[in-house]
Amino acid sequence: MAERATEAERSLGLVAEFAQPGPIPLAAQLRVAPGELHALIGPSGSGKTTLLRALAGLYRPRHGRIVCAGEFWLDTAAGRDLSPQRRRVGLVFQHYALFPHLSAEENVAAALTDLPRAARGKRARALLAQMGLAAVAARRPAMLSGGEQQRVALARALARAPALLLLDEPFAALDTRTRRHLRQELAALHRGLAIPVVLVTHDLEEAAALASQMTVLAQGRTLQTGPPREIMTRPASLAIARVVDLQNLFEGAVVIKAAAGATSLAWRGLRIEAAADPLPPGAEIAWTVAPAAISWADPGGAAGEGRAGWNIVRGRVGEVAALPGVARVTFIADGTEEAAFVFPCPPPGIGPPLPNPGARAAIGFPAAAVHLMALSG
Amino acid sequence: MDWLALALSLKLGGVTAAVLLPIGVLAGRALALRDFAAKGLVQALLALPLVLPPSVLGYYLLVAFGAASPLGAVWVMLTGHTLAFSFGGLLLASLIVNLPFAVQPIERAFATIAPEIREAAWVSGLSRWATFWRIELPLAWPGVLGAFALTFAHTMGEFGVVLMVGGGIPGETRTVSIAIYDRAQALDGGGAGMMSLLLLVFALIALAVVQGMGGRIGGRDG
Repeated sequence: MAERATEAERSLGLVAEFAQPGPIPLAAQLRVAPGELHALIGPSGSGKTTLLRALAGLYRPRHGRIVCAGEFWLDTAAGRDLSPQRRRVGLVFQHYALFPHLSAEENVAAALTDLPRAARGKRARALLAQMGLAAVAARRPAMLSGGEQQRVALARALARAPALLLLDEPFAALDTRTRRHLRQELAALHRGLAIPVVLVTHDLEEAAALASQMTVLAQGRTLQTGPPREIMTRPASLAIARVVDLQNLFEGAVVIKAAAGATSLAWRGLRIEAAADPLPPGAEIAWTVAPAAISWADPGGAAGEGRAGWNIVRGRVGEVAALPGVARVTFIADGTEEAAFVFPCPPPGIGPPLPNPGARAAIGFPAAAVHLMALSG
Repeated sequence: MDWLALALSLKLGGVTAAVLLPIGVLAGRALALRDFAAKGLVQALLALPLVLPPSVLGYYLLVAFGAASPLGAVWVMLTGHTLAFSFGGLLLASLIVNLPFAVQPIERAFATIAPEIREAAWVSGLSRWATFWRIELPLAWPGVLGAFALTFAHTMGEFGVVLMVGGGIPGETRTVSIAIYDRAQALDGGGAGMMSLLLLVFALIALAVVQGMGGRIGGRDG
């Protein structure tokens, strides 16, 4: 039982695994340390919400195990399946699912089932005050703004002192400004929480801004887990690269030489130098280069040409979009009409003048910035 | 004004509505939340009294209540008199006839509660029973109240089945609607008009309650 879990067991946080062939296919593993905010990311229909519901006990997978704070919540092999009521889980629903006939205070008090009835109101008011909602405690959900509803839902989820906090797209229903504001609030709130937090989102920026770890999900399978920046720049496979909407993603490359220090690729008649990767020659792969690693190269001169660990690509400028503070350039390499490189450069006035669309140019990037990916898996 | 008939109608309407309320909540909630193979058939059977001529329904009930039927035989054995042409028989008939009026508004009210609301209650630690009492029932309450008003008013005005099953025995089965028929047959326009006006007012109030409640299901502007 939870109350007898040792410190060591608690320190494991959440460990969960699910498997079933259908009706919703699942093959998922998840580990979230106490105090860690872990983002679950994937396209719609990838099983993010199903995974969250399974953690909360609202969906029962055919096979699975959940250990949270040292307590088995689910162990299908042993026939154990705790009800949502007994899992000590806080869940913020996508549309908050506040009880419409109860005031904000009564919504929070409803979740304080462990307290004696007389103490619930006071505790609920204290929780709402922490969220800056003291003034609207008597209002019903319909009389609250979207941001206030979200905070009431969060206060209700935290009211039970849960061992696990689950957030299902908590910012999806908010306007951009409120979203940014509440994201900062959640980040601040999370710093004070010593429990695992799982955030379901399809917003990469949100995952990168809030989460220290991220798991990519597609068709119910967990594909890769790691720090968001790591996954967004160095995804393990093409499928993951697509989920994280990676730019400068190129297919149709073959490994031609894999030396100790570097790997060479043949791609559309070009030779691309990449960082060392244990891939056999002849392997078909996909590759990417981080936009920030690309810079202009002298198209006529030999600057950098043949330099070890450096790539030069010749072609023409596609589109130039001057945004506030940065310009985004599209570059089309010779002989690769459909494959365009995108990279940022200093906007006019700060950097050198931008070339016109259609102008001949060359770009360069270091081999270390080239990342290789398997086509499947 | 036939006061005995009015008292009988009020008693029949009140008891019918009171007995049907818990049945309506149980059946309406189950139909709204559960999916089972024979759901369509059950819904059709429940709605049958809405479209069947009251005389047809009354005829079948009369047959079922007769001393020759198992139900009628058991009733005679237990009480010493027949189910037909008694208040007990009238009440049983009234319960069956009013099933759709009790179940359908409650079913609609429970169906409007988003599934996440119930799940949010479970995740908040509320047992299924507490979820029903503190979340579902208050949200469905306007539908429940509407069902009560509709059942009561409809029982007050029921004629065909009451005539077939009850026969119009004063103090036992002679309701206001039967009394109106008798007054009109006897060319007593004043008596029939007075009682008709009373039933009209009852029906209007009941419908106003149903309408007023319909807008409040889900408690959003309550």
